[in-house]
Amino acid sequence: MTISDLALLKERFETLTERESSDHVALNCVSSQLIEVCTALRDDFGYDMLVDVTGIDWDAQSPRFTGIYHFFSTTKHEYLRVAADCTDDINPALPSLTGLYASANWHERETYDLMGIRYQGHPNLTRILMWDAYPYHPLRKDFPLAGIEVPLPAADVAEVTGMSVKPAPMVGGPFVSSADGPMSQTEPRARDESWNEKKIKPHGK
Amino acid sequence: MQNTTIAYDSKVEGEIIVTQADAVINWIRKHSVWPMPMGLACCAIELMAAGGARFDISRFGMEVMRFSPRQADCMIVAGTVTYKMAEVVRRIYDQMAEPKWVVAMGACASTGGMYRSYATLQGVDQIIPVDVYVSGCPPRPEALLDAMIKLQDKIGTERSVNNLFPKKADSKEVAGATKGS
Amino acid sequence: MATSKEISIGDAGARASESEGELQGETMMLNVGPSHPTTHGVLRLKMELDGDVVKKCEPVLGYLHRGDEKIAENMTYNQFIPYTDRLDYIAPLSNNVAYAMAVEKLANLEVPERCEAIRLLCCELARVSSHLLGVGVYGMDAGAWTVFMYTFTEREKLYTLFEELTGARFTTSYTRIGGVARDIPEGWLGRVLEFCKGVLPVLDQVDKLLTRNRIFMDRTVGIGTISKEDALAYGLTGPNLRACGVDLDLRKDKPYLGYENYDFEVPIGTNGDCYDRYLMRAEEIRQSVGIIRQCIGKFPEGSYYAEDAKKIFAPQKAKVLTSMEELIQNFMIVTEGPQIPAGEVYFEAENPKGALGFFIHSKGGGVPYRMKIRGPSFCNLSILDKLIPGHFLTDITVILGSLDFVMGECDR
Repeated sequence: MTISDLALLKERFETLTERESSDHVALNCVSSQLIEVCTALRDDFGYDMLVDVTGIDWDAQSPRFTGIYHFFSTTKHEYLRVAADCTDDINPALPSLTGLYASANWHERETYDLMGIRYQGHPNLTRILMWDAYPYHPLRKDFPLAGIEVPLPAADVAEVTGMSVKPAPMVGGPFVSSADGPMSQTEPRARDESWNEKKIKPHGK
Repeated sequence: MQNTTIAYDSKVEGEIIVTQADAVINWIRKHSVWPMPMGLACCAIELMAAGGARFDISRFGMEVMRFSPRQADCMIVAGTVTYKMAEVVRRIYDQMAEPKWVVAMGACASTGGMYRSYATLQGVDQIIPVDVYVSGCPPRPEALLDAMIKLQDKIGTERSVNNLFPKKADSKEVAGATKGS
Repeated sequence: MATSKEISIGDAGARASESEGELQGETMMLNVGPSHPTTHGVLRLKMELDGDVVKKCEPVLGYLHRGDEKIAENMTYNQFIPYTDRLDYIAPLSNNVAYAMAVEKLANLEVPERCEAIRLLCCELARVSSHLLGVGVYGMDAGAWTVFMYTFTEREKLYTLFEELTGARFTTSYTRIGGVARDIPEGWLGRVLEFCKGVLPVLDQVDKLLTRNRIFMDRTVGIGTISKEDALAYGLTGPNLRACGVDLDLRKDKPYLGYENYDFEVPIGTNGDCYDRYLMRAEEIRQSVGIIRQCIGKFPEGSYYAEDAKKIFAPQKAKVLTSMEELIQNFMIVTEGPQIPAGEVYFEAENPKGALGFFIHSKGGGVPYRMKIRGPSFCNLSILDKLIPGHFLTDITVILGSLDFVMGECDR
């Protein structure tokens, strides 16, 4: 985005602020103005493709969830990142961009599925990658990588095989050590240790 | 007990070969295994390569890749099985007619592979009984052919005649059980 | 008067013949299940059919969702490279390169020219490999088995080349953050040129079998037409987008890896139907062969990794075992991961299937805080519920084959 375009955009929407970024121009937007800003981006500034919609879970901070949008202009060959914080930490919600860009449909379903951000105005906000009855939002920071035990999606198969969705064994897992602290305490260990030599597998087979 | 063909051609009866029924049935079965490729992920590409001209699974009588479970003998689970896909794999396994075998191809099908996460079934043997495990990520087509040869050897040791007339009419398939011991 | 007799028939067909308007029938629900030979990978289509015509189509994904993004939050940057192989598992080298470039952008790291040339060669070979499979399997879907056999034989030659370079036929895990794993072997470039010489006649044969084939054209011309506006709105990228007439190729428009130094054309289609998409891929193979030849012609000397990236690229093994500083450096990089500074980056590379994007938010350290993988097949498939209704059931095979998607990067 050129400097003059950026200045024009900021003039029109005073709530936009610049966001720190390592590559493209990035803006912070208020979630209530998101649809207006995106309409202006598409119609007036030439960002005709919405390439990605995702979210970040900041865990212990407030606001806890931020929706990240990436736009691309096929005429100017430039990317733009727009970040919108969700005002509610317990039930995060953002307005849906499906009216503006058709690609938002599946991306927003995926972000809802994995992060739990509800998109208001979405025509069919259902899970897309996990099965419909899955109770958790896996990409949230309080959800362990190994998973939490839930029944299998198909009841008849669960009955015949006696299986359920079990947490994955993490022992011997990818070893990572944190960079801070004395070396004696930062021995490489698996980051997610819901199951290791000291703690037995929660629901052993 | 190895069911090697014990045969003799008797000059008294004429050109008749006498052997064990098991030997004949197993010989027929093992040289015409029709795989059902449950190609889920990257291992499916190596499975296709094994069916291609360079590695040629057709030499073993296995180029007839039947995608319909009713017409297949051996289900080759090639790729990561997720929990969402697990019910599909199990249903398709149930639709296959006896005798049937399962080859877990690759690390993901054998034990979940490197995907230790909330969505991946840690090994397809948790829902269906597996006969041969092939390690590798993905296993080379030669490794798959080696596994199919081992499967052929395994088929050769089965008590086929006993299994033709099972004692219980409605025996339930138990996960983890192996057949033909 | 007595000639006509009133008979009441309780039959749908007779009811239909009585009514003035169209035939009233019932629609049938058909499930093209996740395990199906024509859906390349595990894609499920829930369809409502009226006779032979599809009225509604709902794709169901997620049968290969393995949790890659969550795994990335628990691994160092180098440990995640094997997972990137398995995203688009038909052209793994290009995924490796795209990921390494995204992380290097975050670290503001420049790699030497030789490394860029190696990576470019890998990307283009991966493109040839992927399009060969795309065209081959597409021909197989349309009924031409021979095409599949020919292109697979060529791909086997590519596998031999990859194996010589990286150690694995595919799922190569060849790049590292800051460079590539090892330098190219002796004589490898000559063998690549030989392969290029061999693939073009095979492509000509495939061309002769398919391009003007009456049956193939009947099955693909005018089927699955996507308009320019739809393609942009749904976020299509790659050959699917270019077949609709949109001139967008990230190699030309946002060049990376030195693509601006090579002379190649980007094929653009006109109608956006299945036939055009096939032609795109066939022509792109030829263009890629041209790029490979140019690249080998002026292959630069130098180092294959960024030697000044002390905290990012592991040093040479010989030095690690003899010198103290390199030993410590190697230890830190392996245990704590390459130290990438804090920031946000989004980088898209022109992969054979489309634009593969990596969004990485890092808080410093060796492990990313959040990684989002934008898979091109995810976006390419989103158009299905608009595209398929109105076509015949037999056209589904052809449409899915022409979109050339991979479920690995769709579901991640």
